[in-house]
Amino acid sequence: MSKHLLILGGGTAGTMMANHLRRRLPPSEWRMTVVDRSDRHLYQPGFLFLPFGIYDEHQIVRKTQDFIPRGVDFLQAEVNQISPENHAVSLTDGRSLAYDLLIIATGCRTAPEETEGMLGPKWRVNVHDFYTLDGAKALRSKLASFAGGRIVVHINEMPIKCPVAPLEFTFLADTFFRQRKLREKVTLTYVTPLSGAFTKPKSSKKLGHLLADKGIELVTDFVAEKVDQEHDKLVCFDGREVPYDLLVTTPTNMGDEAVRRSTLGDDLDFIPTHKHTLQSLQHPDVFVIGDATNLPASKAGSVAHFESETLADNVLLHIKGKPLKEEFDGHSNCFIESGNGKALLIDFNYEHEPHEGRFPFAFGPMKLLEESRLNHLGKLAFRYVYWHLLLKAWPLPGIHRQKKKPLTP
Amino acid sequence: MTKTIAGTEVAVNEEGYLTDMSQWNEAIANVIAEEEGIGPLAEGHMKVINYLREQQAKGASITIRSMGKSGVVTTKELYDLFPGGPLKKSSKIAGIPKPVGCI
Repeated sequence: MSKHLLILGGGTAGTMMANHLRRRLPPSEWRMTVVDRSDRHLYQPGFLFLPFGIYDEHQIVRKTQDFIPRGVDFLQAEVNQISPENHAVSLTDGRSLAYDLLIIATGCRTAPEETEGMLGPKWRVNVHDFYTLDGAKALRSKLASFAGGRIVVHINEMPIKCPVAPLEFTFLADTFFRQRKLREKVTLTYVTPLSGAFTKPKSSKKLGHLLADKGIELVTDFVAEKVDQEHDKLVCFDGREVPYDLLVTTPTNMGDEAVRRSTLGDDLDFIPTHKHTLQSLQHPDVFVIGDATNLPASKAGSVAHFESETLADNVLLHIKGKPLKEEFDGHSNCFIESGNGKALLIDFNYEHEPHEGRFPFAFGPMKLLEESRLNHLGKLAFRYVYWHLLLKAWPLPGIHRQKKKPLTP
Repeated sequence: MTKTIAGTEVAVNEEGYLTDMSQWNEAIANVIAEEEGIGPLAEGHMKVINYLREQQAKGASITIRSMGKSGVVTTKELYDLFPGGPLKKSSKIAGIPKPVGCI
């Protein structure tokens, strides 16, 4: 009888794993199933552009099943509980799925309920988010009619998915209001719990000027005790207050609720995972990938992509009973919109902070840690790469799972 | 780079954070605390510092939330103990890396 490989989550990471492994596991020996609560696959990097009218919904939503390969069953269902001791997963509809090998790719979610007052009566009236499709759409309507006032872009706590997105949002908002000749009527403030908008030495030195150049105020070391919706202000634990007319917040990010129900996660429901092999630290037949892990890597699609290549190899090694590759190095690679039709590109891992140089080849054509028009076009082109190559787990030319060492120290 | 703090030569980064937590001692902590406008270090500070060092040694990620949930200190108390920047200051005094974003 054939064995069963179960993948929880049909987002970026789960879909890539289904494609990698269906090609490499003989169907006669391994049956494969992907479970996801949604039948829609969302291109999440598009949530940054949607509020500014740069993308429309139809460009960033596809059917989940269109990217699940033939020979893999797709089950639209909600996971209730994962029981690694029994090699079983129960669904909220009462069904139970037995597995021989489990890949958890359940991602992360925003949890606005974690902050006092955030979900008050003005949620999505003048307190907005853009990490969900509904949130990004509501913010788009809000921005289209925003005639002036104080816009506060806020990160509630780390870690968050796509950690630079709130800063990119701030830069794009600057451009958006300049183009509408409204910039003088709008103040932009960036509020972070960290010590700065840039916290690593090379980025800080190279890019620190961007906020001042664009007239963006910075509030640091700010941990919100509550959102005071009655007086439209953010209140810090040390008593500092930041008033707003429009708050664009990034709520606390947490792992999937099924992880909490299964008591497999940490304080934020992220699953303890080996940082180089992607095996669960508790259960050898369980692997974890993407935003669902507790790894000290960015929660980003590029990270899931690099992880997926190592994980595909490790699943095969595990099945053969061989030692796993301790290979994943925290590699992350992201385009960062800096406004005015330009973007930056960063490449880093556990060991190396983002640095200057060329990408993906020694001659470029793209430059790292530097604003350029080409990087912006790269970010726009990436949507096609995502739908046509990345999700289907085809190799991306010149781009390797492990980070190339920087040329200068 | 290295720096002599409280008579001991220690490895530090550009911002003065120790890069090898094993080189830390309480005398070093007191000198850094003074430079940061914190202290003298009292029992409350030391509880936080010892907790941070334990977490770091375990490889656990250090967040305001995990500290708040640890029972060692509430977020409000943390701001009272290390005004101006609780995580960046307490981690510097504890001889561990500053919590950072990806850029």
